[in-house]
Amino acid sequence: MPNYAWPDADHRTLIGKRITRVDSPVKVSGRAKYTYDVDRPGMLYGKVLRSPYAHAKVVSIDTSAAEKMSGVKAVHIVQGPGSTIHWEGDEIVAVAAIDESTAEDAIRAIKVTYHQLPHLVSDAEPPKGAAQGQGPLSMDDIDDMLDNQVPSQQMVSQIQQYGISEQADEKTLQGLKADGATDAVLDAIRAATVHSEAEKREKSSYQKAAAQTLGDPDKAFSEAEVISEGLYGIPVITHCCMESHGSISEWTDDNHLFTHISTQNVSGIPGQMAEPLKIPATNIRVHQDHIGGGFGSKFSPDRWGIFTAEISKKADGKPVRIMLERDAELKVAGARPSAYARVKVGARKDGTLVAWQSESWGTGGPGGGGMPPIPYVFTVPNQRKEHTAISNNIGPARAWRAPNHPQAAVLTLCALDDLAAKLNLDPLEFFAKNLDLTKPRQDIYREELAIAADLMGWKQKWHPRGQNNSGEIVRGVGLSLHTWGGRGHGSNCDLTIQPDGSVDLKLGSQDLGTGTRTCILIVAADTLGIPMDVIDLQIGDTNYPPSGGSGGSTTIGGVSSSTRRAAVDARDALFAKVAPALNAQPEDLECVNGTVRVRGDSTRSLGWKEACSKLGAMPLTIRGKNPDKSKPPDLTNSGVGGVQMAEVEVDTDTGIVKVEKMVAVQDCGLVIDLKTAESQVYGALIMGVSYSLYEEKVMDPTTGRMLNADMGFYRLAGLSDIPDLVVHMMTGKGYDERGVIGLGEPPVISPGAAISNAVANAIGVRVPFLPLTPDRVLAALGQKAGA
Amino acid sequence: MRDHDPKPKNAEDKIDDSGVSRRDFLRISGISVAIPLVAGPKVVLAAGEGIPVHGPGKVAMDFTINGEKYKANLEPRVTLLDALRDQFELTGAKRVCDRGECGACTVLLANRPVYACAVLAIEAQHEPIVTVESLMQQGKLHPVQQAFVDNDASQCGFCTPGFVVACKAFLDQHPHPTPEDMRRGLSGNLCRCGTYDGIRKAVAQVAQKGA
Repeated sequence: MPNYAWPDADHRTLIGKRITRVDSPVKVSGRAKYTYDVDRPGMLYGKVLRSPYAHAKVVSIDTSAAEKMSGVKAVHIVQGPGSTIHWEGDEIVAVAAIDESTAEDAIRAIKVTYHQLPHLVSDAEPPKGAAQGQGPLSMDDIDDMLDNQVPSQQMVSQIQQYGISEQADEKTLQGLKADGATDAVLDAIRAATVHSEAEKREKSSYQKAAAQTLGDPDKAFSEAEVISEGLYGIPVITHCCMESHGSISEWTDDNHLFTHISTQNVSGIPGQMAEPLKIPATNIRVHQDHIGGGFGSKFSPDRWGIFTAEISKKADGKPVRIMLERDAELKVAGARPSAYARVKVGARKDGTLVAWQSESWGTGGPGGGGMPPIPYVFTVPNQRKEHTAISNNIGPARAWRAPNHPQAAVLTLCALDDLAAKLNLDPLEFFAKNLDLTKPRQDIYREELAIAADLMGWKQKWHPRGQNNSGEIVRGVGLSLHTWGGRGHGSNCDLTIQPDGSVDLKLGSQDLGTGTRTCILIVAADTLGIPMDVIDLQIGDTNYPPSGGSGGSTTIGGVSSSTRRAAVDARDALFAKVAPALNAQPEDLECVNGTVRVRGDSTRSLGWKEACSKLGAMPLTIRGKNPDKSKPPDLTNSGVGGVQMAEVEVDTDTGIVKVEKMVAVQDCGLVIDLKTAESQVYGALIMGVSYSLYEEKVMDPTTGRMLNADMGFYRLAGLSDIPDLVVHMMTGKGYDERGVIGLGEPPVISPGAAISNAVANAIGVRVPFLPLTPDRVLAALGQKAGA
Repeated sequence: MRDHDPKPKNAEDKIDDSGVSRRDFLRISGISVAIPLVAGPKVVLAAGEGIPVHGPGKVAMDFTINGEKYKANLEPRVTLLDALRDQFELTGAKRVCDRGECGACTVLLANRPVYACAVLAIEAQHEPIVTVESLMQQGKLHPVQQAFVDNDASQCGFCTPGFVVACKAFLDQHPHPTPEDMRRGLSGNLCRCGTYDGIRKAVAQVAQKGA
């Protein structure tokens, strides 16, 4: 059996080193082509008429003037009269024209009348007793969920939990499938309990989404010596990818679609487009060289990806480009659900954590949403928690880097930090004392806390809350912990060695800017024993073997494992052909820096090209897979820790918070490329500063519209907002042998809680909600002065 | 819907795009004064002065981009960014916010960094335009670009070309910037992946070594 295991540190030439990102030169020179940059022959430009209302029925649409305009090639009604619109910016009509200005003019010439309906765009605390238990779901409810882009998994769990109110026949099911229902949803409907007598009732915006109890919280609270209560929260924010969502679609014949699409999920796109376009998935080719950001918002072709293909068909199959404008991008193409909670936590005097109680709420838009995993990281032995999901008209939610975890970190680690303050304990000691509640990761956290404290200078900087601070400018430090899975996804790759020594590697993956290309090449080159630049790596096309979508930190484990297996097999197959020429056994050969030689006898060797010529006429192609039980060991793993600390400076006159320093200590198993891995963590810290201090999707309660749908008022952190950043990756013994684990999500989880805790430490009072804007800081200071 | 093929895409666009056939043109010019194929500016009086008014139809425009001459017929409302990207296939400058907020479309106009989305193409005609595409010479990266590579200052890379141009312009003006200069001078570009740390290091590297 070939040895697929990762080489140990003494036998790695590239893995774990600091390797420069291979696609940097094309990016810095402006030559990297993104979907937005694609120009196809005869390409038409598409524009979309969007609903100005958050909740309305479409009454009439008149496109006659637009259709008569010179240069307009196709007009396509996306949601016709009778459709219900659930958020501002939803798509009504799309137009394709010879240039953008003409398409814009055509959109302006379309007349739509709406019947406005009452909307809700607030996610404020639900009135007491407002939350309704969910009844059985009607087929209309399920259709609404599809319309609202509720994730398939969430739909399945709701169907299983609540049952359905009417039996669905096969025709209804096919209808749902055409509307985008996954097979898992259809199976759930078929298997669901039918409560046909359930009385129809007015659906409330507030749904009880969870009510769970663990242990005996009442007893634990009555015995707790110190109890802390507080209010915490984190609002809806957007993804704000620099490259907006969109695609260029064209029909190469009546039955074949070619689409360039900005996606995190190249291999998964055809399967999502086939049903609505009524062609086999195999007839859909997807291509993408580079993607300008996704962060969890680009897994689906989206409604606009489908109608871009439909409108191309109406325009005789000509390529049609529809990329979202910035305002649409911020309104409809991605939002992270909010989460707020009233939390009560209890401990013994010595700091032992005994009880947790939370009443939480939040919104993921029309779909409502679920409860974040609270209490986070620390499994408090006695818990009571209730969550109310608010369904409203702010637009659909999408996975945002580490879905639900940043929210959980804020709700939990801010509450625990307040408890530590009430106990007069340094939170570092308090968290360390309760690490047995973080099993199985307590040893990792202990090690990471010590390193982080050292890098931050925690012992010198920490002071009891609000003390040691005089004058207008006050300073403080805070910390947080996080966790994530990150096991590698399913991945296939084809590695080919040609008799002339050239090597290519193909997989239907994508590089989100995380360094995926670089890491794949590192693994292949290290395994084959040749320089990285000998290998021609091709990704981003459905013509290549399918590889999973890039979400949940699953890519690195997937692609590195499939590549490793392919490269080991290819190397061994090559050695088998070369061995006779070197008068040796295949297992005695090794390849080092492009020379195939007999181990321990450097006189018997062949250059790479010459060795490959022994393949004869036929190139060698090997398929590598992950997972692959037939080729052990498992090369990827799941479950990381991570500790972050923040130091802030707060101006108590203006309320302005400035982050001065952040420290991140992060494990992720075996690191393939230290340089791009560190960049992931730096980036996550910066994104964390951004959402902690600035970002919020602000909705106008009167009009139901988003007020800051641009990059001036939807504020991202800039270069001048970035503190001194220290990143420490946990590598070596105890980490490397775990295998490869994903890194994209974990480091973005903790900044919110760490920064909020640092502000509380500085000003002596909790600012309940992120972002920590000057008005909120001043309000908290005012409350403290009044108290 | 009148058929009207999309514009030609090469740098030497033909000016004749008026929708008037050669025969029609000869007939018109035979019976009246010649009218230009592309409407020149009307002149209107405003506050006693003659002000040229272009459009709303297409207007012939000339540009000097990266030292080369380009021509196109564009509506006056077309931005410099869209002209670069859609007419001349210079897609290094990116369209992100399209309203002068993020800097992803930064180019040099008369040696000054500008947001190409906030400049009308028609206004950019008489000054040299430099885009990111020209910084690499004879296959060699510009020192700023090389410093971006060395310090891993790009992730998804969509903001990178704009940042590279902004950093080059900044370093031309401030060869030895203080951290405060850097904070002030490089705040006009935004990044979502969070590459600012690498960018700071890249700028410091160039400042130290000299460009």
